[in-house]
Amino acid sequence: MSDTTQSGPVLAADGTPLKRSLNRALRLQKMRALALIAPLLLFVLLTFIIPIGQMLFRSVENDIVATTLPRTVVALQSWDAASGVAPDEAVYTALAADLHDAAKAKTHTRVGSRLNYETPGISSLFRKAGRKAKKWDVEADGPFKEQFIKIAKGWGDPDVWRTIQTYSPKYTNGYFLNAADMQKGADGAEIRPESERIYITLFKRTLIMSLIITGSCIVLAYPVAWILANLPAAKANLLMILVLLPFWTSLLVRTSAWKVMLQQQGVINDVLVWLGLVADDARLVMINNQLGTIIAMTHILLPFMILPMYSVMQTIQPTYLRAAKSMGATNWTAFWRVYFPLSVPGIGAGSILVFILSIGYYITPELVGGTKGVFISNRIAFHISSSLNWGLAAALGSILLAVVLILYWAYDKIVGIDNVKLG
Amino acid sequence: MADKGSDAAFVEFERVQKSYDGETLVVKDLNLSMPKGEFLTMLGPSGSGKTTCLMMLAGFETATHGDIRLGGTSINNIPPHKRGIGMVFQNYALFPHMTIAENLGFPLEVRKMGKSEREEKIKRALDMVEMGAFGGRRPAQLSGGQQQRIALARALVFEPELVLMDEPLGALDKQLREKMQFEITHLAHSLGITTVYVTHDQTEAMTMSDRVAVFDDGRIQQLAPPDTLYEEPQNSFVAQFIGENNTLEGTVKEINNNVALVQLDDGELIDCNPINVGVGDRTRVSIRPERVEFNKDRLQEGTHTVKAEVLEFIYMGDIFRTRLRVAGNDEFIIKTRNAPDQVRLQPGQQIEVGWLPEDCRALDA
Repeated sequence: MSDTTQSGPVLAADGTPLKRSLNRALRLQKMRALALIAPLLLFVLLTFIIPIGQMLFRSVENDIVATTLPRTVVALQSWDAASGVAPDEAVYTALAADLHDAAKAKTHTRVGSRLNYETPGISSLFRKAGRKAKKWDVEADGPFKEQFIKIAKGWGDPDVWRTIQTYSPKYTNGYFLNAADMQKGADGAEIRPESERIYITLFKRTLIMSLIITGSCIVLAYPVAWILANLPAAKANLLMILVLLPFWTSLLVRTSAWKVMLQQQGVINDVLVWLGLVADDARLVMINNQLGTIIAMTHILLPFMILPMYSVMQTIQPTYLRAAKSMGATNWTAFWRVYFPLSVPGIGAGSILVFILSIGYYITPELVGGTKGVFISNRIAFHISSSLNWGLAAALGSILLAVVLILYWAYDKIVGIDNVKLG
Repeated sequence: MADKGSDAAFVEFERVQKSYDGETLVVKDLNLSMPKGEFLTMLGPSGSGKTTCLMMLAGFETATHGDIRLGGTSINNIPPHKRGIGMVFQNYALFPHMTIAENLGFPLEVRKMGKSEREEKIKRALDMVEMGAFGGRRPAQLSGGQQQRIALARALVFEPELVLMDEPLGALDKQLREKMQFEITHLAHSLGITTVYVTHDQTEAMTMSDRVAVFDDGRIQQLAPPDTLYEEPQNSFVAQFIGENNTLEGTVKEINNNVALVQLDDGELIDCNPINVGVGDRTRVSIRPERVEFNKDRLQEGTHTVKAEVLEFIYMGDIFRTRLRVAGNDEFIIKTRNAPDQVRLQPGQQIEVGWLPEDCRALDA
């Protein structure tokens, strides 16, 4: 009885607070659980989280200028970019010394290509100057300003120096500005001229097309999932194999098959022409455009919509529909008021899955998308493997990740993640 | 309301058959007619066809052959939502995404009833099952018994004349089940609604119903009020299925003045009440455990007795249950009331037991 009048913490039999002795009792259990997941945790940390973190870090990292041209960076600090004239001899001397060292270490071309992302043409300036600087005696061969301008006229252009100055800090938002179709001008961030804008359009296109793909997946998957959930087990399993069949075929094979189907001399057009529905000289263009991407990706992502829908629908008892009908609801009312709301968690789960997958899809748009049907991921791949501008690729990837997280958060606010059922 | 049309059949099954696979009949030649206001229970083991009958009446299954009539009109071709029959399901089937009030409002809403009228009816129905304060909750927040009441209220809220219940108390614990049995019967009688109740629990059937239809093998084995069913079973299935029962096997030797002389398999001759058996037939003699007497003072003069050996004595509180060996049957049970003067038999004791010839029914074998 004394327990009820006592106001302090509840005590265990030996007098220690109950909470503490409970924690002690649970500690061993927690340690054991941690030990069990440790190998996977380590694996994921080493092979996934750290590389991804590093990759994302590249979107702001910029220490190549400061480490390769340390003296130039210091000397440039006092130069006013708005003056419209090239910096004085001191800066050129510093650059000569830096380039001399860099050329010996063969790092001068790397700085050149880094700065070339921002102002095209810089790369060749560095290559030409590097070749000469390697042979210079920095103490004796000065002054350097004329020599530099003799090597290449560009070295006298204030814009080149402005670029070097702008990108001399160790961290930069330049990649992100670039990813948002902006650039660092003389007065800070500014929108790029219309002819150079590309990423905003690509982001918009990626989002809109992903939405369309998700929508068409919902429409196509719902009836299939319903039939699957309502058939007797033996038949449902057979149908399930048909649904899963695409998973067993290579993604490339399936996408290539769509090429065969959709092209202007392809199966579908041939059939339409043969049926007389389409004139031979007006064959439909269904590939190398957005339509091609939407058709092929809807097909490829359909199982990801069907499976969660099916697993949710399986849990909806048929007596709900019977109950609704016994109370006077027509088939449609029973479906719309009772069955459909109960199947919404499946639609939600499938939509999240399909949307997130399609937003980062790469192979299919690459193969059937042409120029109008490519996604932002194709651009990221381009920067990773062709232009080698990893910083920009990382910035684009970070933005994509942020968009997905924001959408996920919004979904959680509106529908609630705990309403999502995958099985 | 119940009196007005009590002679005319309200629900009728006429020669109804049902087959799912086209090879075997689940329901064989079902004939049943019940007046308005009756509480009828379909009782039987699983697979006996009782639920199928209920589903045919509700419209979720179609009869393969025969006619089902409601209020005189055939409903074979009327879809379930137009039959206007209230139904309580085994697992309640309350819609989990709606509140209790929305659940109750659903049948009214699909009938295009106005909001104020709807609210009034919902309130009345909730009060009827004493759940007035729960309108805003969700089904998952209620206990099994509360969900049961809501399911009942939902089946009644649109005032159907016929309510079907498919093992509605199956998921409840014993105490709650007994309470709900009483409440459902009380409600059904006070509202005057006709009720068809399906269960496999014979106690439930006995305590709740006006009449019980005992199903087995797709047929009604006997349709009678509970007392008749218990005391005058027409065949050995009913005798076995309803209540506890002692069985002795033998052959009918002769029948005089409606008393059969049966020779049991160990040679003993006893007098029985013959039910649908003739001379020379094999028979199963059925005697209720509480009708067996071993106290010679209480036996009627000249009652024939049979030797018995006590095998086991079980104290059950209100009664004593004693297992005997009688005429080679080791499972012969007698039940005696726990009264101050009652004898407690000891295992190994040799006694003689006897009964009235009319309590001993010679049924089909």
